[in-house]
Amino acid sequence: MSNETATLPVEAKARSGAFGEFWHYFSMNHGAVLGLIVFVLLVLVAIFAPLIAPHLPNEQYRDALLTPPMWHEGGKSTFILGTDAVGRDMLSRLIYGARYSLFIGLVVVVFSLTSGIILGVLAGYFRGWVDTLIMRVMDIILAFPSLLLALVLVAILGPGLFNAMLAIAVVLQPHFARLTRAAVMAEKNREYVISAKVAGAGHLRLMAVTILPNCLAPLIVQATLSFSNAILEAAALGFLGMGAQPPTPEWGTMLAAAREFILRAPWVVTYPGLAILITVLAINLIGDGLRDAFDPKLKRS
Amino acid sequence: MTQTVLQAKNLVRDYHVGGGLLTKARTVHAVKGVSFSVEKGKTLAIVGESGCGKSTLARIITLIDPATSGDLLIDGNKVDIAHSALTPEMRRKVQIVFQNPYGSLNPRQKIGDVLGEPLKINTDIPAAERRDRAMAMLKKVGLAPEHYNRYPHMFSGGQRQRIAIARALMLNPSLLVLDEPVSALDLSVQAQVLNLLADLQDEFQLTYVFISHDLSVVRYIADDVMVMYFGEAVEYGSRDAVFSDPKHSYTRTLFAATPRADVESIKARLAKKKAA
Repeated sequence: MSNETATLPVEAKARSGAFGEFWHYFSMNHGAVLGLIVFVLLVLVAIFAPLIAPHLPNEQYRDALLTPPMWHEGGKSTFILGTDAVGRDMLSRLIYGARYSLFIGLVVVVFSLTSGIILGVLAGYFRGWVDTLIMRVMDIILAFPSLLLALVLVAILGPGLFNAMLAIAVVLQPHFARLTRAAVMAEKNREYVISAKVAGAGHLRLMAVTILPNCLAPLIVQATLSFSNAILEAAALGFLGMGAQPPTPEWGTMLAAAREFILRAPWVVTYPGLAILITVLAINLIGDGLRDAFDPKLKRS
Repeated sequence: MTQTVLQAKNLVRDYHVGGGLLTKARTVHAVKGVSFSVEKGKTLAIVGESGCGKSTLARIITLIDPATSGDLLIDGNKVDIAHSALTPEMRRKVQIVFQNPYGSLNPRQKIGDVLGEPLKINTDIPAAERRDRAMAMLKKVGLAPEHYNRYPHMFSGGQRQRIAIARALMLNPSLLVLDEPVSALDLSVQAQVLNLLADLQDEFQLTYVFISHDLSVVRYIADDVMVMYFGEAVEYGSRDAVFSDPKHSYTRTLFAATPRADVESIKARLAKKKAA
């Protein structure tokens, strides 16, 4: 390893760029690469859903209610994973559902991550009354049961997928703020931060360029966990009639709607659950790989 | 040439320790009225035990923390960061090298960026020239151009301290505060870094404020010596005067506590042992 880098000319190394280096370290983690492949496939499935899906997600085949998957007794080859209680093709609904679940996860994580980082950095960097104000508000949000708070917010904003996402983002955001604040407080008094200050760096540069990149590792892990959390909470809200509204082929809503058929028709529950499991697992593996690649201490010199 | 770079008059720094539920608020006097001046190209060593106010003084001189009272003049200009914002020109004049070479470099910044950052913040120099200057500085402190794209964790303690010195010199400061720069390094590396510092001082006409508790190092590098004891400067004078004729009892105790490794003292010790 070290011999190889030593013989490489300096110029060539500089040109290969930051991404090449990142990819080099990321690809060393095979689980992360597998997770990324699965995730990319999921994204492709979500994008090209109308081309891949054998049926429309909301088309009801009244003569084929609760048809089992094709390899079961009584299964039909037109409904590969069977149909649900009103005769809609499971596979098509799952394919279209990938769109909703990924979208929910992404939007919620982006919302809560950005607001959490901004608040956490401000609190950790300035301390004093800014810190007290921000963190007490976060404590209040955390003091409510998360689903209850999300419900209240949706009740105020009105039911619907977007409002549900907003509510979940507000509920998940204090975790990011707390993590960021703790990390910023630990880094703030390190000597390299003081060195940057002595070099003339202003508050904004110290916060965003010097301190924040050193606080990202726990945030990446938390973001991946929140991605799955967001999907699950969106499903819970959908089940209570406050999130994605019933005909929407969202995985969580499908899961919730199929609960009563769990004994008669296990596939109606199994496949949406499996879809969530695979998505969450893939994203968690990616998160692990990202953490390894971003943390220079884990890199081999 | 006797141009005074740094002059401190009666510097005081108090820390107010806030009272809790059961403790009263109190004031800690970290630095109690210290005055000194350093001329261009000279080295002032500040010596003292742990907690005597050396590092507090270093932070005041480096313009990180304000002094509670007293005047600080750098190149003849009075600086007061408690009441007025620091101009970039003043900021560039004083730089610091910290004791711990493992904490003073941003683990996520490549060496090239570490060295380029001060220029990027303070000047309009284009990226290509920043790169050239950083490369030149790397060579000057005894590192190689291929170190430009490496991360701090790939270096040894001595190399990191060289990088920290290089970063401090990027802005051509007139005053460099060295806060125990070699005490975390092993002896052979200490000698290398001290020699590097001496060479750089000659080359750039740098002024050093060298903070240390190691008297052998001080004897090697200092022109003037100030001994601090509980926030007060108990002894201040030229190196030879302080070492040959210490006035204050604390200074004498300090010198007596230093293990002596010269040939005469070893011979004397052996003779004493034989006699006993």
